[in-house]
Amino acid sequence: MADPMRIRAQMAGDKATVRVLMNHEMETGLRKDAAGKVIPAWFIQEVTAQLNGKPVLSAQWGMSVSKNPFLQFSIKGAKAGDKVAVNWKDNKGDTRTDEATVS
Amino acid sequence: MKIIRLIAAALTLTVTVSAYPQKSAADGIAEYRKMLEDGNPAELFEAKGEDIWKTSRGPKKATLQKCDLGLGPGAVKGAWVQMPRWFADTGRVQDLESRLLTCMETLQGFNAAEIANTGFDKGEQATLAALSAWISSESKGQKMALPQGHAEERRFYELGKRAFFFRGGPMDFSCASCHGEEGKRIRLQDLPNLTKNPGNGIGFAAWPAYRVSSGEMWSMQRRLNDCYRQQRFPYPGFASDLTVALGVYMGVNAMGAESIAPALKR
Repeated sequence: MADPMRIRAQMAGDKATVRVLMNHEMETGLRKDAAGKVIPAWFIQEVTAQLNGKPVLSAQWGMSVSKNPFLQFSIKGAKAGDKVAVNWKDNKGDTRTDEATVS
Repeated sequence: MKIIRLIAAALTLTVTVSAYPQKSAADGIAEYRKMLEDGNPAELFEAKGEDIWKTSRGPKKATLQKCDLGLGPGAVKGAWVQMPRWFADTGRVQDLESRLLTCMETLQGFNAAEIANTGFDKGEQATLAALSAWISSESKGQKMALPQGHAEERRFYELGKRAFFFRGGPMDFSCASCHGEEGKRIRLQDLPNLTKNPGNGIGFAAWPAYRVSSGEMWSMQRRLNDCYRQQRFPYPGFASDLTVALGVYMGVNAMGAESIAPALKR
């Protein structure tokens, strides 16, 4: 199973700033290994975020996103104590969800 | 008319200059680091390292929680800024990676020599990278305070100094060729002068670090290995006395500098 994400969610004015670090190789499928063989593509394709179970963000990613990506966004109308969940799904069908509490 | 036009031209010039102040390459890099600071992927390795420290592993199925990094068994906070140092049980001056190898061998039953010969990021070397990220993070913000009380520690400082100034290889380079004076750079990267304290969070006080360009977590051992690669020297042995001595030399020179490890590098 994939390694956990690091999620921080902090109130800044009337919005919550969410910072997410994801653990992922993000292989483009264009690189070759030492033996000259193509390293198969392996990257996150879908990212979603929920505030207390309600979808607030949905994104489609591709191979141009860096290894171990960092994502930052803000949520309007969030309050301290709210739960922010982030989920990603990669092209191999692997998926991971982590949750944080807004502080 | 001509005079007025000249004045106008002069005015335009002044305005242009003040509106776009010159930014040095170093400022640009500092700005870039600032932007990335909030999302330093080294944090992912810290989390991994902390987990590994507490997990029973190896042939003896033991954790590293009894590992003595110099401040007593299991004490991690503040250990990083006091390494490399003398260890009585092994009778050697050891840096963090060397000490972790000892602990992994004695506590967990791993073969230290085998791990030292493993390529970076492979097998247990990946474990070492994660552990060094976490252990150094436990000393973040503290000042470098390497002990120099033991005679061996002082001998290693002198050894490290010799290694630092030792010229050789096809390009007749030494560490000092790049890191021996102020104001040197490679491309746009400013090079710290490591023969004295280069300042807070620079040089020895900035490693281990996450390298954005390669997406890898680098320990000080790996950084030194890369220095030797760039000098076209043969690779030094992992956790060898030479690399530890260089660590003592740079660490003692950087005494009092604040550690920002694990840092973020371009």
